[in-house]
Amino acid sequence: MAEARPVYSFHGGLLIDDHKALSNTEPTQTLVLPPRLTLPLQQHIGHAAEPVVQVGDQVLKGQMIARAVDFISSPLHAPTSGRVVEISAQPIPHPSGLSDACIVLEPDGEDTWGELPEPISDPLGTPAADLRERIRASGIVGMGGAAFPTAVKVNTGGMRPVDTLVINAAECEPYITCDDRLMRERTADVLDGIAILRHLAAARQCLIGVEDNKPEAIAALRQAIIERGDQVAEVAVVPSRYPSGGEKQLIKLLTGLEVPSKGLPAAIGVLCQNVATTVAVADAVLRGRPLIERIVTVTGSGIARPGNFKAALGTPAAFLIERAGGYRDSVGQLIFGGPMMGFALSTDQVPITKPANCLLAVASAEAPQAQPERPCIRCGACAEACPALLLPQQLYWHARAQDFDKVQDYNLFDCIECGCCAYVCPANIPLVHYYRFAKTEIWAQERDRRKSDLARRRHEARDARLVRLERERKARLRKKKEALDKKPASAAADPKKSAIEAAMRRVAAKKAAQQAETKQPSDD
Amino acid sequence: MQFATRSSPHLSGRQSITLVMAQVLLALIPGTAAMVWYFGYGVLINLALAITTAVLAEAAVLALRNRAIGPTLIDLSAVVSAWLLALALPPLLPWWQTVLGSAFAIVIAKQLFGGIGFNPFNPAMAGYVLLLVSFPVTMTRWLPPEIASGQLPSLAESLHIIFSGSPPVDQTWDALSSATPLDHMRTELSQDRTMSEIRKSPLWGNFGGHGWEWIASCFLLGGLFLIWRRVINWRIPFSMLGALLAIAALFWVIDPEGYPMPFFHLFSGAAILGAFFIATDPVSGATTPRGQLIFGALIGVLVFVIRTWGGYPDAVAFSVLLLNMAAPTIDYYTQPKVFGQRRSDET
Repeated sequence: MAEARPVYSFHGGLLIDDHKALSNTEPTQTLVLPPRLTLPLQQHIGHAAEPVVQVGDQVLKGQMIARAVDFISSPLHAPTSGRVVEISAQPIPHPSGLSDACIVLEPDGEDTWGELPEPISDPLGTPAADLRERIRASGIVGMGGAAFPTAVKVNTGGMRPVDTLVINAAECEPYITCDDRLMRERTADVLDGIAILRHLAAARQCLIGVEDNKPEAIAALRQAIIERGDQVAEVAVVPSRYPSGGEKQLIKLLTGLEVPSKGLPAAIGVLCQNVATTVAVADAVLRGRPLIERIVTVTGSGIARPGNFKAALGTPAAFLIERAGGYRDSVGQLIFGGPMMGFALSTDQVPITKPANCLLAVASAEAPQAQPERPCIRCGACAEACPALLLPQQLYWHARAQDFDKVQDYNLFDCIECGCCAYVCPANIPLVHYYRFAKTEIWAQERDRRKSDLARRRHEARDARLVRLERERKARLRKKKEALDKKPASAAADPKKSAIEAAMRRVAAKKAAQQAETKQPSDD
Repeated sequence: MQFATRSSPHLSGRQSITLVMAQVLLALIPGTAAMVWYFGYGVLINLALAITTAVLAEAAVLALRNRAIGPTLIDLSAVVSAWLLALALPPLLPWWQTVLGSAFAIVIAKQLFGGIGFNPFNPAMAGYVLLLVSFPVTMTRWLPPEIASGQLPSLAESLHIIFSGSPPVDQTWDALSSATPLDHMRTELSQDRTMSEIRKSPLWGNFGGHGWEWIASCFLLGGLFLIWRRVINWRIPFSMLGALLAIAALFWVIDPEGYPMPFFHLFSGAAILGAFFIATDPVSGATTPRGQLIFGALIGVLVFVIRTWGGYPDAVAFSVLLLNMAAPTIDYYTQPKVFGQRRSDET
């Protein structure tokens, strides 16, 4: 086995202090159940799930409580046994800070399993469609943060055969260590999951991309691969350079190939999956267990005892933080996800969801001071740092001027919002914020345009219809008139004459008959 | 518990505009010290006048524009502009011309366009060109770099000359001043002297102008420091100096008696200072990687063209300003290919 697989490089990126030692030294602790679990119906990209239980229902652990309504959707399962006490809008972890529909569950403390689907003991001998259906029914979504339904992602639809399965275990965001602990503690399950995904996608090879700041995880994976003895995957160690865990960046690092702009990895024969998703797949296929819990890193200078916790989905963030020793006095900001791409929470009364990999509480002093934004001096530090090779300052300039055609000329939609540009900006400009603003505006305009296009098409269709009806009416009239004009000229003349003649014949016949009649009595 | 919410990322580097400008000032110190060494107190007096004027002018305009004065002054950009302008001025320039140039740079060339980040032209060079065009006599009256001979005026004499605008009673301008090596060469070449004759002049040093070569070397040192600190990148300085060297070498190889040796171009005038400190001004220059190479190379070529066939002995200021005008167009046509639009083998 190659000890040092050559890796390629990507442009830009950052070398930043990873702060991983804060939370990765202790084993993952399993959290007790909180008094209430709040399960948002929308924990994934796509359509929200639809409840199949009602308030007051008793549910068992692992029982489906909301179903997928569409192809791009995902069902939801009860993380423990208990009673549905509410189906209503509750605060959810979302940048908007708004509430959304949730199923609220009160655990009964029994933690009784419901009936689970049969484990698939021979996944490699099972058709891909069956495995995909199991993954879909188990509510598995991408657990690295994006939460895209996994069953959809693995279905590349024969667009192009998958050559390489890339397992994203880079965990490049500072502070987060849940995947690191997972790889060390459930190494065999990681590889089992990989074997299933590889079979599913018929991938020629599998590469696990891990940043070099996780030597224990790398050693554990390599050891387990040797013990398995089937070369199921190869560990590729990548330098700790943010954002090496960006899907496109990791694929570039491992294969040297660039995912086409506006394209999917499938276009270059690559399928990428997060390592935690891999374990969820193994659980679903080999044990029939749906996705009902995950590991969350609770860390940061604002947390008393940082560490990793296995928590039931729906556990309130506040409950988790309490188990991590609570806040330190210095705390000023709570972030859902990592410090570079996560979003700030205004309250800790939100539940843990499927993509929740980290709760980061930072001290006020550690968070970047709200320094005044200064004018851009066009120093170009952002362009040097941009892993997508964009010109962030031009994007900023045009986004600010709300010139949305120009920002698209400068490839706004290739921006992955990694935050490198804003990190290096000496003028302290919240660049990513401007890009999000521009993207949202463009989407809104697109919607409006579609709407007005539709309205215009309808209007034009109506106009055309009216014109057509008018034309048809006129044509009918003309035909009628023509028909009337024609009748006396040709066919109409003969019938008249013949009618008269016929009438005269009838009259003559009648007369003849009358004469005959008057004769007859005289004969009697 | 309620928390503050901001847009991601929630980490930021320790870079700031002030830090960038402070490093530029630090990098200017060796070259400035060398200029003081060769040309005396006049350089320091010019610096003091230009910087004071620039800071006051910036504060005044910001007050008129109802903008916060503190955060802008603290970014040190006005100090950098004034410092660069002062280095370009003859050491005994009348005080009011220095003040005028500095005020023009800040008020007209910088603030009227919207302040830092919005000026299409390099403010220091705009101020310098205004003075050069308006006051050609005083602006070409340099001192001989004669530290050893003791001919340099004392502090009191310097102050007297600068503030009165006339030479000391027992001296004339002719005795006091001297042409720059570039000016000298230009005059001599126009009188059909050969290079070997011109090189006998005391204005020549080892590889550039006497004194000037060491000043340029010190600026080179500062420039390399800026590249090492990643305040500037190598593209503009290297393409500008490379183009200047290449075109000078071409003509020198063809006619060594009619054109100065290539290194003379680098180490006599403002080429090094311009390449590392002036053309690299990010606000008014090109910003794309390929654009920076083109921007720098065109400046280098223009410097040679104007020095050789134009009406002025040195040409850094004109070349930079001309290319400032072209920068947006250069940027537009040299956009890098974004990730996923390149062939996979280019990295």
